[in-house]
Amino acid sequence: MCQMKSSSAARLTRVAAAVLAAGLLGACAGTTAPDGINDPFENTNRSIHAFNRGLDRSVVGPASKGFGAVVPEPAKRVIGNFANMLDLPGDIVNNILQLNIDDAATNALRLGVNLTMGVGGIFDAATALGLPSQSTDFGETLHVWGVGEGPYLEIPFAGPSTVRDAAGTLVDLATNPVTFVVPEREAFAANALKLLSRLRDRDRFAATVESILYDSADSYAQARLIFLQNRRFQLGQTDAATGAGTETDFIDPYEDPYAE
Amino acid sequence: MPNDTHLTRRGLALALASGLALAGLPRMAAALTVDQARSLVDKTVADINAIINSGKSESAMLGDFEKLFSRYADVPTIARSALGPTAREASKAQLSGFTKAFQGYISRKYGRRFREFVGGRIEVSDAREVKSYVEVISTAFLQGESPFEVRWHVSDKSGKSLFFNIIIEGVNMLASERTEIGALLDQRGGDLDQLIADLKSL
Repeated sequence: MCQMKSSSAARLTRVAAAVLAAGLLGACAGTTAPDGINDPFENTNRSIHAFNRGLDRSVVGPASKGFGAVVPEPAKRVIGNFANMLDLPGDIVNNILQLNIDDAATNALRLGVNLTMGVGGIFDAATALGLPSQSTDFGETLHVWGVGEGPYLEIPFAGPSTVRDAAGTLVDLATNPVTFVVPEREAFAANALKLLSRLRDRDRFAATVESILYDSADSYAQARLIFLQNRRFQLGQTDAATGAGTETDFIDPYEDPYAE
Repeated sequence: MPNDTHLTRRGLALALASGLALAGLPRMAAALTVDQARSLVDKTVADINAIINSGKSESAMLGDFEKLFSRYADVPTIARSALGPTAREASKAQLSGFTKAFQGYISRKYGRRFREFVGGRIEVSDAREVKSYVEVISTAFLQGESPFEVRWHVSDKSGKSLFFNIIIEGVNMLASERTEIGALLDQRGGDLDQLIADLKSL
């Protein structure tokens, strides 16, 4: 009894710390250069990028290749489906915090369908029924609340991010509803499953990841550009659903394209 | 094919209308550009689909892709834009040498990724005028992947309807190539001739 109390108290402390960290974000908005990149920590970021790249070359890349070669396709799909289902409770909480009731309802329905028809999350029955994944995170919630992107960050073991998204990840990790509901051993298993799912993604998108990390002249600058553009696209897309916001992508090469 | 008939019918209607009412011409000319842009992307997509499902060897497919790229894309403009400020100081000979080398480089770079497209398809869903260009919106359906969005920016400022940028899920080809070419130039101390020579083997 006592042990349980202290562990939930520890969790509450973690939540409070994370929320506080998120609140501090407003103070460090930073300025964005005309090319859309705000990177005052470039030197540190570059060293972390070198570390992450080395880690990918020596550990993550080979491990994902081994995973890809050894694990049969159906098992890979089950891992992906299960990991996705474990994200759903957190997604629903974030949907509600964003006042995005449509996605909250879709994700709640996904959870219900996959727990029942999907035999406890083994199959993604919801997608087959026309309820595709609408994943989100606390970084997006902060964006909806009007918190700016903040400077670009590269995080050890995790890769490209921004100050806002990094704070969002901390909050998501600390407040994940799944870890509140299931016993510790199962929570550990859930995290192990998510890690396997990340390996699977690294293997699935190997060609893209490797072209950025190993075939580009400046893998740091290329990864930063691609991450920021894709993240802004995701956030714009989910907010307006109009496809507006693409005008910022527009480069007019017919007018002076190299005006600095 | 249905698109070609559509375009012809549209063109005929336009010719008739412009003969009858000159005042309405500018608006209709703009509307035609959206159609032209859409049909350009339709043709590009049809050719891409034909190449990836041709069963040819990779090197033959890369050759076909380079031809497709030079036919449907405004390569000189894309190359100059990717080169950035250096293009201003370059001589005419350097610019044309760079454009040629860039065309081969980009065809190989993107062409090599075509394997991922085998068995997939791209569908054009919408086209609209934005500022001085037309944006054509399409969706790519690849085997075992969630569908993703591909946007094509098309302009006729070169005198022909050609695309000058492709944006995949927000990731912009022109911006990406500017970063890449800029980094390659930096590695060579800004030596454009060296870059042109090296691009041929990249």
